[in-house]
Amino acid sequence: MTNESSISPLDKSARYAIVAYLGISALVFVLMMLLGLLMRMGQAQWLSIPPHIFYQVMTAHGAGMVGISGLAASAVLWYFLRRHVNLTTGILWANLVFFLLGVVLILGGIFLGGYGGAWTFLFPLPSHGMGVWGVSGAASFLIGLLLIGVGFLLLYLDVGRAIISKYGNIGRGLGWPQLFGNSTDFPPASVVASTMVVIINIAGILAGAVVLTMILINLFYPAFAVDALLTKNLIFFFGHVFINATIYQAVIAVYEILPEYTGRPWRVNKVFLAAWTASTFMVMFVYPHHLLMDFVMPTWMLLMGQILSYLSGLPVLVVTAYGALTIVHRSNLRWDMVSGLLFVSMFGWAVGVIPAVIDGTIAANQVMHNTMWVPGHFHMYLIVGLVAMLFGFMYYIAQNGAPKLLDRLAFWVYLVAGTGFCMNFLASGQASVARRWAVHLPEWVGYSHAASILAAGIALAALVFALRFLTHMGNARTA
Amino acid sequence: MIQETVWLISLSLMAIITAVFIYVAVNSSKTVPDFEAVQARALSFRAKLFWTLLVAGVIIFIATTQVLPYATTRGEVSADAVEINAVGKQWFWELSQNEVEAGTTVIFNVTTEDVNHGMGIYDSELRLLAQTQAMPGYENKLKFTFSEPGQYRLMCMEYCGLSHHTMIIPFNVK
Ligand code: HEM
Ligand SMILES: [Cu+2]
Ligand SMILES: [Cu+2]
Repeated sequence: MTNESSISPLDKSARYAIVAYLGISALVFVLMMLLGLLMRMGQAQWLSIPPHIFYQVMTAHGAGMVGISGLAASAVLWYFLRRHVNLTTGILWANLVFFLLGVVLILGGIFLGGYGGAWTFLFPLPSHGMGVWGVSGAASFLIGLLLIGVGFLLLYLDVGRAIISKYGNIGRGLGWPQLFGNSTDFPPASVVASTMVVIINIAGILAGAVVLTMILINLFYPAFAVDALLTKNLIFFFGHVFINATIYQAVIAVYEILPEYTGRPWRVNKVFLAAWTASTFMVMFVYPHHLLMDFVMPTWMLLMGQILSYLSGLPVLVVTAYGALTIVHRSNLRWDMVSGLLFVSMFGWAVGVIPAVIDGTIAANQVMHNTMWVPGHFHMYLIVGLVAMLFGFMYYIAQNGAPKLLDRLAFWVYLVAGTGFCMNFLASGQASVARRWAVHLPEWVGYSHAASILAAGIALAALVFALRFLTHMGNARTA
Repeated sequence: MIQETVWLISLSLMAIITAVFIYVAVNSSKTVPDFEAVQARALSFRAKLFWTLLVAGVIIFIATTQVLPYATTRGEVSADAVEINAVGKQWFWELSQNEVEAGTTVIFNVTTEDVNHGMGIYDSELRLLAQTQAMPGYENKLKFTFSEPGQYRLMCMEYCGLSHHTMIIPFNVK
């Protein structure tokens, strides 16, 4: 564990940058949740939303949530990693600038250009707007994603550079000399996690940049032939890695903060290192589980998708969630918004593993793929897992974790409505309700009624968390 | 039905995880003098848990991959299957045939003329029975035996733009 007094203070600019990342994230999370609520109310037929608007909202919600999760999670990584290595503050700001430029283009592409081809921009949908959107809307959206990618690439290159200059090489950042040798001089958990994220996210972002460029060229010069199956592989590699990396970054908050609360260290040992090294590879090679219904894919890749889906659940359950449980168990820890939300986040991540693993089973995927089961499992990871982690981190940074009545209320509403909302998604997926349908069949509408109410609860609770951060961010930690 | 099995398994496992978290949260206010001892016990239990999960995973993997939906696409022939061409277009399905006798095994040759679509077979109770993706430039072959008569529907399972949700075509099994 890091000794508080040994931590060098955050320089002013870095402190402002972290606060800016988190403040923007807090706001965007709430806004995007409201878009989610809007979609559910449309599906519930409580609001009449024209399909083209629904799909624009869906595109904005997907891209917005994934992007902002990446931004907020990178703030967690940066904040803790700087205690161990020398990061460049200018790059932290540069990433934010690229991000905001990207957001402008994305929003313009969607709401001015009419682009509604989903955040996954599956080729060749961007060029087939059928009059709903044209080349400029699609291009604006895709270039926006590209800009955001450039910013993140700079950020992770800087993180990689900093880790290498302190530890010698990337393998040492993952603790390989300790994992495969007898050295017991383990690198800190934050360094191990950050190294993993550097590897996977640089690979993921590069794949994303390649496929975005291919699709953009094709958009303007349709003669430039692009293979639909290849782009699908690249897109899901990029998308899977990027969204998963958000949790692997945000979990650093759990590693660093829970020990402060319980007085028990988070042990880095061989098992921990093995788990992170294994996850590094598994997160990259598991993506074919998105393609199980693409029968033309090579069988070995699809089987690998199933095997790795099973295996990648293990480090989460047996190392991280289990580790968190052990250090909390009978620790007499102080419960407040920080420890509470972080604990909940471990619950969300662990419990979300189950439906995820099930969906990774080819036999089940045949009847679950692209049903609501899919948003069900990832919203569990993201709402109850990731976003809870991030709000917990915000309370930590703003040092206002001691709960007032309103915080307590918001906490319970968030937990109950969040879990309920995801269970509702899962229940409807199990009942074969298709995902990404602007208008549901009459038999399906009932689910959306309950979901809308629960969604409103989540958004309200998140509003409380967000406002608490925005009104206390002046008090942000200085180290 | 796969869905029921999967749902029961999921609920049970999720309930176990929930119970563990609740147990730990409820007991968090207690203290133990000796964290090292707690940790040692936790570690030895963890090793058992790991191996149990691993072995269970291997068994489930083997059991669930005995029959894969890919054989027909790889060229396996089924003597008396009826072949039906299914082409997705923004936003309708073109089927070479939309009616079969109950008991017929159908091979759907699924592809698309524009963007990605997906073809899901729904029964009259709106239960999803099987699906495959419709990919530009590729043909996925989905083999399915319609044992029960009824009014089935083929619906789009991959987001394909403005009218994705209207890509439904009835399929009659006499
Ligand atoms: C109040 C909270 C939320 C609500 C009400 C909500 C609602 C929804 C809805 C209705 C959909 C479309 C479902 C469908 O396919 O029919 C969706 C998709 C999605 N949501 Fe959320 N969501 C919430 C929170 C989040 C969070 C916190 C994240 C990520 C951090 C997230 C990420 C996504 C993504 C990536 C998609 C996929 C979009 C697509 O299919 O293209 N959501 N959400
Ligand atoms: Cu379609
Ligand atoms: Cu469709």
